[in-house]
Amino acid sequence: MSTYFQDYLTVGAFAAFGVVLVLVMLGVAAILRPSNPTEEKLTTYECGVDPVGTGWSQTYVRYYIFGLLFVLFDVEAVFIFPWALIAEDLGVFGLVAILLFMLTLVEGLFYAIKKGVLRWE
Amino acid sequence: MSLIADIMANFWLGLIIKLLIVALLVPVIGMIIGFAEMKLSAKMQNRVGPYYAGGRWGWAQLIADGLKFFQKEDVIPADADRQVFKLAPALVLAATVALVVVIPFGPDMAFRNLELGLFYALAISSLSTIGVLVAGWSSANKYSLIGSLRAAGQLIAYELPLVLSVVGVVILAGTMNLDGIVQAQIASGIPYVVPQFVGFVVFFIAALAELSRIPFDMPVAESELVMGYMTEYTGFRFLFFYLAEFVNMFTMSAIAATLFLGGYHFPGLSGDLATVLGPVVLIAKSFLLVFMMLWFRWTFPRFREDQLQSMAWKVLVPVALANIAVTAILKVVI
Repeated sequence: MSTYFQDYLTVGAFAAFGVVLVLVMLGVAAILRPSNPTEEKLTTYECGVDPVGTGWSQTYVRYYIFGLLFVLFDVEAVFIFPWALIAEDLGVFGLVAILLFMLTLVEGLFYAIKKGVLRWE
Repeated sequence: MSLIADIMANFWLGLIIKLLIVALLVPVIGMIIGFAEMKLSAKMQNRVGPYYAGGRWGWAQLIADGLKFFQKEDVIPADADRQVFKLAPALVLAATVALVVVIPFGPDMAFRNLELGLFYALAISSLSTIGVLVAGWSSANKYSLIGSLRAAGQLIAYELPLVLSVVGVVILAGTMNLDGIVQAQIASGIPYVVPQFVGFVVFFIAALAELSRIPFDMPVAESELVMGYMTEYTGFRFLFFYLAEFVNMFTMSAIAATLFLGGYHFPGLSGDLATVLGPVVLIAKSFLLVFMMLWFRWTFPRFREDQLQSMAWKVLVPVALANIAVTAILKVVI
């Protein structure tokens, strides 16, 4: 088996093991714990008072604009890492290119700040 | 040593042994940090803390707490989205365990020495937030929902500084293999915390936010959101969120120690002794950072949500980018 495949297999096994750990411990606890559900017990706790309305009430997700910015910069990070690995080999040419690239994005961030989209009211 | 090497040469046998080690490591680390949190919090507030369990110092308090959870009823609210509600803690713990894979405990002593280990660690460290989002959504509880949305917003804001702050380390080391980064630090003679101090500070702040530790604990802000996304959880499912938080504290600290503090290397040690003491050195360095996190908890007040966002976007991201530029210029030109 190639080491490449083993890498994936190990990672997958560890992630699956996290799920197994939860199942095993809950399974053992199932033997010991009481199960006596009453209607009152199964109401949503919320803050101690009887909940009003439905639990999935509409919420204003404020940061969708942050989300857009995040995607931009995260993609930038993906581009920066390959360059960072061989920054020394690429020399001044690579450095100037990546600095121009970063400058463009910083300019965008600066514009967003000046425009006030990052302010919460 | 050769016997161990022989066993580990067999992939499947090695994998089973590694999983057994993790099965021990995860609860033990969770317990140690949980106990440290109780006891250190008490000391910092001039209290005694756990005292009776197990005789001296109340050392068995966390074991007693863990056993207690076995006999707690598993209450799932009638309104909750049952299947998803039950899945959420497993998701969080899966991401937590998967993150442990890449930590190099010694020379070539990671559970798996991935070539893109750093990239992997950064990617997986943000996965547990999906579990949190799922938990908050499925609870059918307004506070849980707000808490999990805050967690998502926090992830969006602090993922960038976290990712960008390590680029400086990659430029210096020229590799994204965590073991290779430690080797590069040994070769250069100084841990990267010295040339990359700005990167280290940004990384540590962003890691605190990613872990939702105080001063960034808005997702579970007790005084505002009851218990945030954990409000509806009881018994073991509740415990898993805590276990994941404590273990994540350790793994993030271990990654920070690997990237910036020289990892498993201790100055002056070499040869077999360094191999044997590697895990001890790394764990000691990690716990030093964990101690810092616990210390911060009783030092700083909680940020307001908008302050948290503006700090990430207006301070940390520009600082991290400037750090990359300066590091690159120094590395390439000089």
